Amino acid sequence: MNWKQLFSTSVGKKLQMSLTGLFLILFLVVHCYVNAQVFRNDGGKSFNAYAHFMGTDYIIRTIEIGLFAFLFIHVIQGLVLYFRNRSLRNVRYAVSAGNKTSHWYSRSMALLGTLILLFLILHLSTFWGPNRYSQTIGNGELPLYDMMKDDFSQLWVVIVYVLGCFALSWHLVHGFYSAFQTLGLGTFRYKAAIKFVGVAFAIIIPLIFALMPISFYLNWIN
Amino acid sequence: MEHYNMNLTLKVWKQKNKNEKGRFETFNVKNISSEMSFLEMFDVLNEQLVAEGKEPIAFDHDCREGICGMCSMYINGRAHGPWHHTTTCQLHMREYKDGDTIVVEPWRANAFPVIKDLVVDRTSFDRIIQAGGYISVNTGNAVDANALPIDKQRADESFAAATCIGCGACVAACPNASAMLFVSAKVSHLALLPQGEPERKMRVVNMIEQMDKEGFGSCTNIGACEAECPKGISLENIARLNREYIGATFSGSAQHE
Ligand code: HEM
Ligand code: SF4
Ligand code: FES
Repeated sequence: MNWKQLFSTSVGKKLQMSLTGLFLILFLVVHCYVNAQVFRNDGGKSFNAYAHFMGTDYIIRTIEIGLFAFLFIHVIQGLVLYFRNRSLRNVRYAVSAGNKTSHWYSRSMALLGTLILLFLILHLSTFWGPNRYSQTIGNGELPLYDMMKDDFSQLWVVIVYVLGCFALSWHLVHGFYSAFQTLGLGTFRYKAAIKFVGVAFAIIIPLIFALMPISFYLNWIN
Repeated sequence: MEHYNMNLTLKVWKQKNKNEKGRFETFNVKNISSEMSFLEMFDVLNEQLVAEGKEPIAFDHDCREGICGMCSMYINGRAHGPWHHTTTCQLHMREYKDGDTIVVEPWRANAFPVIKDLVVDRTSFDRIIQAGGYISVNTGNAVDANALPIDKQRADESFAAATCIGCGACVAACPNASAMLFVSAKVSHLALLPQGEPERKMRVVNMIEQMDKEGFGSCTNIGACEAECPKGISLENIARLNREYIGATFSGSAQHE
């Protein structure tokens, strides 16, 4: 087995992008399902129950370490590939094809990814970080539902979250299909189906995420 | 369609050699017939330049019938101009009208250094082929073609991949300067046939290694290559290349002979 190729060649690195990207997609499904508990509108009972499980279960916490490792690989490898690719055309075109031969979001994966990363830093430092900190120093779990209500009563926070969801959506419109193509599964027979499921996923999941802060802000749930 | 003549302004990349910096120069051409090919328009311009005692513009061409892949020109932001599935020699002046300005650049990628004006060095493609894009056959009598059954669908897919003319439009059009469409066509056309089987795994590994070494980018599945390829080589081939590579990686094939 030439597994070293996975780390040394461009196709190997792309395979890492694809597998970590698909893992992040799986994570989004779980995260979205848990978050969607707020729409039960039961004053946070279901949500807090799920949040408690996700924050304390040993298996979940172990997977969480893997999640961060995969996210780290995805970000670093993505940026490494991006900067290498950019360095391979020293003289740029005076006139470029623009949208005539490709979609802007397909060309903007690194930019969209970086926007997602900035959003993630903000997002993790408001909820995940403080909660784990409080757990670790022994003060117990934080009341995440109430924190969310507080946070999402501010318009700028809601706007930032919605923008984060937009970036995620466009990243996935290309990324979902791209991951399958990288794995060699983008064959004629399935291409249309994969593209369709990818676009549907890229719309539905970020939309559910975006509806949370919006719903809190507009008092649809409380 | 009606024939007509036109006057055009051309902004063409002029560059003395690999090391010197290039720049755009503006030329005016008169009375270009709508029936001319794009290269014939350049012939007219070059004759005009020679008559004026100036140096003609260097550009690559050979067959002028869309099969050799030499005529690399990046025209108004498009590889081989705006026509679908067309090389520059097959692009005709009826695309343009009197008074148009056309910007003509060479393929731009570090792996395709400019030799002069619009001529680029594509020997990086040759070295990728040398790394594995062949089958080893002992000399002697040719085997009876019918002795080796190949199912129709495979034969068709292989043939479609084999139509790649190595023009480099895919690299030129790719924001990542990636050669994956070219390499995938060459890998596919042999991987699909029994003759390609013995060297199948080594081939893909060695060709990818050479592709990286030559300084081509990685594929982000953008698809500009497929849109610009004069031979309609499909992204399907890149999926197949990835499959071949994954197969070779996890099955313990030797990398080099
Ligand atoms: C939950 C968040 C994310 C998900 C679900 C996700 C998913 C994906 C997927 C599925 C791909 C396609 C992989 C392929 O083409 O084989 C991809 C590509 C990419 N992602 Fe992400 N991603 C996320 C976050 C990020 C972040 C934070 C960055 C930070 C820079 C990033 C940067 C990139 C880049 C640059 C690519 C293109 C890589 C290439 O094709 O070479 N992504 N992403
Ligand atoms: S794949 Fe198409 S664009 Fe690329 S070298 Fe072959 S014929 Fe030219
Ligand atoms: S000159 Fe041969 S393809 Fe154009």
